[in-house]
Amino acid sequence: MTEVRDSSPDTADAPQSFSTAPVDGDGAPVGIGVVGWLRWAWRTLTSMRTALVLLFLLALASVPGSLLPQRGTNPIRVNDYLADDPVKGRILDRLGLFDVFSAPWFAAIYLLLFISLAGCVLPRSLQHWRTVRSRPPAAPRNLGRLPEHRRVEPAAEVQPQQTLDTAAAWLRKARWRVDTTAYDGAAGTVAAERGYSRETGNLVFHVALLCLLGAVAYGSLFGFKGTVIVREGSSFADTRGQFDSFNPGKAFQDSSLPPFAFTLTRFTADYQRGGQQNGAAREFSADVSVVSEPGATPTTGTVQVNDPLVVNGVKVFLVGHGYAPTITVKDAKGQVVFHDSVVFLPQDGNFTSTGVVKAPDTVPQLGLQGFFLPTAAVDTVHGPHSTFPAADDPGVFLSAWSGDLGLDTGRPQSVYALDTTHMTKLGIEALRPGQSWTLPGGHGTVTFDGYVQWASFTVASDPGKDLALIAAIAAITGLALSLLVRRRRVWVRVSSGSGGVTVVEVAGLTRSEHTSVAEEVDALAAALGTTTSSRTTAPKGPEENR
Amino acid sequence: MTVNETLATYSNYLVYGAMAAYTIAMIAFAVSFAAMRGRDLVPAASVPAGTEADSGAVAVVTKVATTVGGPDDGALPPGRRAGNIGMSTTWLGTILLGVAVLLRGLSVGRAPWGNMCEFSMTSAFAIALTFCLMSLRRDLRWLGVFVVTPVLLILGAAMTFLYTEAAQLVPALKSYWLVIHVSAAMICGAAFCIGATVTVLFLVADASERRHATGRSYPLDWLASRLPQSARLDAMAYRIHAFMFPLWTFAIVAGAIWAENAWGRYWGWDPKETWAFITWVAYAAYLHARATVGWKGRKAAAIALIAFGCFVFNYV
Ligand code: HEM
Repeated sequence: MTEVRDSSPDTADAPQSFSTAPVDGDGAPVGIGVVGWLRWAWRTLTSMRTALVLLFLLALASVPGSLLPQRGTNPIRVNDYLADDPVKGRILDRLGLFDVFSAPWFAAIYLLLFISLAGCVLPRSLQHWRTVRSRPPAAPRNLGRLPEHRRVEPAAEVQPQQTLDTAAAWLRKARWRVDTTAYDGAAGTVAAERGYSRETGNLVFHVALLCLLGAVAYGSLFGFKGTVIVREGSSFADTRGQFDSFNPGKAFQDSSLPPFAFTLTRFTADYQRGGQQNGAAREFSADVSVVSEPGATPTTGTVQVNDPLVVNGVKVFLVGHGYAPTITVKDAKGQVVFHDSVVFLPQDGNFTSTGVVKAPDTVPQLGLQGFFLPTAAVDTVHGPHSTFPAADDPGVFLSAWSGDLGLDTGRPQSVYALDTTHMTKLGIEALRPGQSWTLPGGHGTVTFDGYVQWASFTVASDPGKDLALIAAIAAITGLALSLLVRRRRVWVRVSSGSGGVTVVEVAGLTRSEHTSVAEEVDALAAALGTTTSSRTTAPKGPEENR
Repeated sequence: MTVNETLATYSNYLVYGAMAAYTIAMIAFAVSFAAMRGRDLVPAASVPAGTEADSGAVAVVTKVATTVGGPDDGALPPGRRAGNIGMSTTWLGTILLGVAVLLRGLSVGRAPWGNMCEFSMTSAFAIALTFCLMSLRRDLRWLGVFVVTPVLLILGAAMTFLYTEAAQLVPALKSYWLVIHVSAAMICGAAFCIGATVTVLFLVADASERRHATGRSYPLDWLASRLPQSARLDAMAYRIHAFMFPLWTFAIVAGAIWAENAWGRYWGWDPKETWAFITWVAYAAYLHARATVGWKGRKAAAIALIAFGCFVFNYV
């Protein structure tokens, strides 16, 4: 398979195939019947042009994934979209446009691309393997037509074979692959080539992409990811039931969840005070005490943003935080019916947080909903809100309800929402730490004891990660070789011209579009004698001859 | 860690100084470009390649003439002196800007790209520095005006509507992988910007040469005649892109490592990641197109520009 990459007329007859790139035949199916068609289809699929089209399609197909909300990254906005515009939303959803990166048509594109890649790269690798082990291509008939050409006059006493030997030695020393055809009285040549790592790098790059895809697939099949909120003083054990949300890969088995547990002993946050960025977060850290397997002695550790905790091959990441006010509810008789720190979810950058308390163990049942404000303020425009994210002046702002919490209906209920359909409102009150509120109608008391902080963690394992990293490194290395190494060939021919004169020619060839072998040809010519004529036909721009 | 306001203020003064220098450079480059003697618009393909009349030797001789043309004589080619002024003021501006970026970084004790203002400032520096370094190896006066103008625009944006006072970072951004990622991306951005500029100029030169091959003229002939041959521009654009593509790949991988460290996933298809991927695929398509029969030249150039569009889109 030879290919004419350099289509300039002066190099057209030189041994061309610097690359194992497939030749794009645009012919119709050759041969007859099914086999002919199959062969044609395969050749079309593995052609450069198809690869290019598929690359294009891949880029194009990714675009909606960034313009429309995606379930994978932002499920809430997808639901909002569906609620706002159900008709269009339903159509887009059918087309998989809210799950672009797991949609069948997206998979079809990259699978085709990778089949094309495999079908292209494997034969190329074999071919390259043979090329590397075979001799450099023989000299073209007419060296004068190559882009770099020098005529050299060796010193008078030097024999033709000596010139060839000198050239071969010079080239070997400069780490070229060399092949010599001895001087037979009429002519002799040295052929040399180097820069094979260009093609090797290219092949490594493409194979590494295949490996990368494999690693990503493997990781998403066998990995898992879960998130959990832990309050200061509370613990988390790595079992499926304890996660607030859990996303296992398709082939993940619960038995591969490593057993470990940790307690959040302390959470600290630090904020910018004053200036344009007042209130911006500066430092978070979660101090934890970890039991790596049942019965092991606890060790202490710190989880920070960008600095996960590694336990049993699983990583624990700090991804969010907030406040959990401690609330005590007593019934009319003074019995404690609820006492706990309740996770409130932040609603804005200053951690105005909302949450719900449910006290089912009393008749009628009691419910509270409202705000926790780390730095409390109330005004007519914003209502109750926080003015700074740190708990400088904490307060809660609660409304109390009595009646039926609806927990017995069997329908799953969110812990962050109060279903007030069967409840009546008792009143609203603002409380500072330590303050109590006697509910109207003799329903009991509510006490705001104080608060603890909570941190949310992602626990994740991706067994394909290391392989993906290795593949990525291989891809970059291959690319760098492929794009920066020059593949080039030089030839030396010694021939006896008319009248017994010995003619020595040195010529070189490379991918003329962006590189040159001129310097190497010059150096080799200088090693062989005095250059008497020199010609370069690489394109010259006015930038040089202005 | 507090912010050193004094250093931040000096940094701002230096940026204004750099902008002044770049303004002079821009004008000088423009004057130089306008005064330059145009060349004949003969398409590269129609030059009989390697006619034995030693085109190499011709090139050597003229080259000697230009380098010998020293500072003292009045026989400088038209526009050369203005071009020299442009080049030296560009160097001056770049040095000032470099110190400004350094002071900004020192004032906050971290890498100077914590917000769009700093990011633009540092990107502008990267573009200007890339240009200056490239100009060490070849005469790039003809390209000056096309590089200094965007640099000036970016700096203007950084100091006006993007302006942000020096401050510390939110925790998610404190990661050395992020520093590596952003610096690699910024270098790529700078080179892609220059690459796109050269590509546009290639398209102009190419269009003009094509018309001339059939004896017609082109509205942008005045521009094309002052540019190097299209084949030259094409090769230059390719070299820039080929050099940067591995680095861009590395930048994306570094970003993925950072994301893995921060959120437990190395790739999540968020919009930034998605556009980085699209840009990457588009540049890969460009490099592919260069090796695909029937896609070299103009079509490949169009892909390179689309890829640059994707890159820019990701940062605005
Ligand atoms: C995942 C999709 C692919 C990507 C991201 C990709 C990327 C690249 C890049 C960046 C280059 C430039 C490196 C160089 O010039 O040496 C390249 C070159 C090349 N690719 Fe791909 N490629 C992909 C798929 C394919 C497929 C399917 C084929 C087979 C038809 C293919 C065949 C080639 C060939 C032959 C070259 C070398 C061109 C030359 O000699 O300059 N690639 N590819």
